[in-house]
Amino acid sequence: MSTGTTKLDVVVSDVVPVNDLVTRFHFRRRDGELLPTFSGGAHVVVEMRDGDRTRLNPYSLMGSPLDTREYTISIRRDDVGRGGSLFMHRQVKPGLEMVISYPVNLFSLDLRAKKHLMLAGGIGITPFMAQTSQLAAAGGNFELHYTCRTASLGTYADVLQQRYGNRVRLYHDDREERIDLERLLSSQPLGTHLYVCGPAGMINWVRDRAASLGWPPETVHFEHFAAPQPGAPFDVTLAVSDKTIRVGEQQSLLEAIEAAGVDPPYLCRGGVCGQCETNVISFDGKFIHNDHWLSEEDHRSGCKIMPCVSRFEGKSLVLER
Amino acid sequence: MGITFRKETFRDDFTFKNSPEHIRRFPFPFNEDAYMYAVNIEPHVVGPKGSVLENLIDVDEHYVAEMQDRALVLAEDPLRCQSLPHMTLAGWDLLELLMEQQALGYPEHFTLERDGDRWRWINRPLGIDDTFIFGDTSTLPYGPMEYITRQSQGDFCILDQRDGNLWMDAGMVTTQADWSLDFDIGMNFFEWHAPVPLAHEKGIFTRALKFLTNIQQGKPARRLNWTMTINPRLDTSPENYHKWGPDRATVTPENVGDKVHLRVELQSFWRLPRSNAIVFPIRCYLIKMDELVTQPKWARRLHRVIRDLPEELATYKGLTRYRPTLVEWLSKLDDGSPTSPGFGPD
Repeated sequence: MSTGTTKLDVVVSDVVPVNDLVTRFHFRRRDGELLPTFSGGAHVVVEMRDGDRTRLNPYSLMGSPLDTREYTISIRRDDVGRGGSLFMHRQVKPGLEMVISYPVNLFSLDLRAKKHLMLAGGIGITPFMAQTSQLAAAGGNFELHYTCRTASLGTYADVLQQRYGNRVRLYHDDREERIDLERLLSSQPLGTHLYVCGPAGMINWVRDRAASLGWPPETVHFEHFAAPQPGAPFDVTLAVSDKTIRVGEQQSLLEAIEAAGVDPPYLCRGGVCGQCETNVISFDGKFIHNDHWLSEEDHRSGCKIMPCVSRFEGKSLVLER
Repeated sequence: MGITFRKETFRDDFTFKNSPEHIRRFPFPFNEDAYMYAVNIEPHVVGPKGSVLENLIDVDEHYVAEMQDRALVLAEDPLRCQSLPHMTLAGWDLLELLMEQQALGYPEHFTLERDGDRWRWINRPLGIDDTFIFGDTSTLPYGPMEYITRQSQGDFCILDQRDGNLWMDAGMVTTQADWSLDFDIGMNFFEWHAPVPLAHEKGIFTRALKFLTNIQQGKPARRLNWTMTINPRLDTSPENYHKWGPDRATVTPENVGDKVHLRVELQSFWRLPRSNAIVFPIRCYLIKMDELVTQPKWARRLHRVIRDLPEELATYKGLTRYRPTLVEWLSKLDDGSPTSPGFGPD
């Protein structure tokens, strides 16, 4: 499989339920060596071999970058998704041999920042687990605002408060606690960088508010991996490799292309890195674009698609693959 | 057995020479009889034994002399080494990379012992044996980047990655082909490449940046670049132009073989793990015409490349003044017979 990263042969060393929805998975190298060092905000792509189908999903590394004996990821169970999280929750047990990618960081800290202001929503907390570890070890200045549905679903809220005390502020939806974003963003020292990871609505809300308050765009960082959405099956013609394929209901277009033996490049599989960008030769129907990479103009033009997260409905679609 | 390090100079009496083995391993940059820019980037993987790619960080017979020359340059001009405040972590990344690679490739010359954060580094050619705490700058005599690049051949640029661009935010640059770190520090990829002719129109930099920002950990890449230098001078910087610029007027038909040098840069690109920055080592190899033409294929090919080089490129590379003399000299070694494909000598 052609990818931008090297693969790591790992074994699942521990599986730890964290709360009703989230489970943590620990990986070590099968050869007993240390894993590669990484930077806070990095993710790995986990290959899930589930019978005759393979899913590849990205997850943020949440351990300390200073400890490379093992990698840890936390996965929220999604009962209506395409089955990747359910596979991990139900079938992955300690001792299972798996393959993951080298770490890739598309949500890097800007180390020039005088202060790092972090906003997390739900499972979006995971990259901040690693970033706060990295910053704390280097005496960095950070502040974390974390919104969760209830205290019992506040994944790692207790750990973070224990580690960092009042540098962590929690907001619980069920208690109607809300970040006073206007006040928060208006009261930061010059040189602060803003990081946000969470649901799309939260990211858009924070970005819009920051922009309207005059935050320069290069000081606002966000990560939102769009999980590929299930949808109606559709047929695609791959013009370069001269193949016609069907994309199943629970399959992404990228996975269907790979299953046909064609290997487009990829890194994030979440619609942000741009690696799998594919030209459309012709189409009769409608695109369902879910990526954060292409411009709105690209989306309207019908000339490009990100097969990792986007789908199609209609009569025919011909891609330059 | 190890490498026999030469005693030689890159200034004043210019005693630099390549041994016969080093002539054969020279990274000749032309695989055909013509040259034009291309995005000639390939994976930086280990190459054949006896080539400069035998190890990913190459140490050769010029190591000790090059490090002495670097120390002289820095004593005169400390601004050849700069690191903006946010780049210290990347400096530690680079220190780890260079210590690991040099110890791996040349265990008889370099040893790295790691006990948690407590590291011991032994550099036998330079007589160094230091123990320090990884990550604690106060335990080294210099910042981490300066410390290790005073012990590593080639220039090093560390590029911070942010906002979809690369920023020249740290470097050790003493063996450069007429560019200045002090001038370029803090610039982004397009700003520091602005003077290069032709390539912008071809969209080369846009594509190159896209490639570089996607370089992944554990998957370094490389390319070759080249120019020519009169006398084996490593430090051809704009700061010292008054010292080397006039040399270009000293080339005569009698001294071409001794004075004119092909200068090849092996440039590699590595993702650094902790800082997510890119390090860009630029390793300079010099060979004088008398040494190069001991390989008849290289003599024929270099003649054709220099003769047919587009005028803009010849000007950019600073060859204009002595090009006719050089082409005339090389033409006597070119009988017009075909050259075999590939870079290596026959």
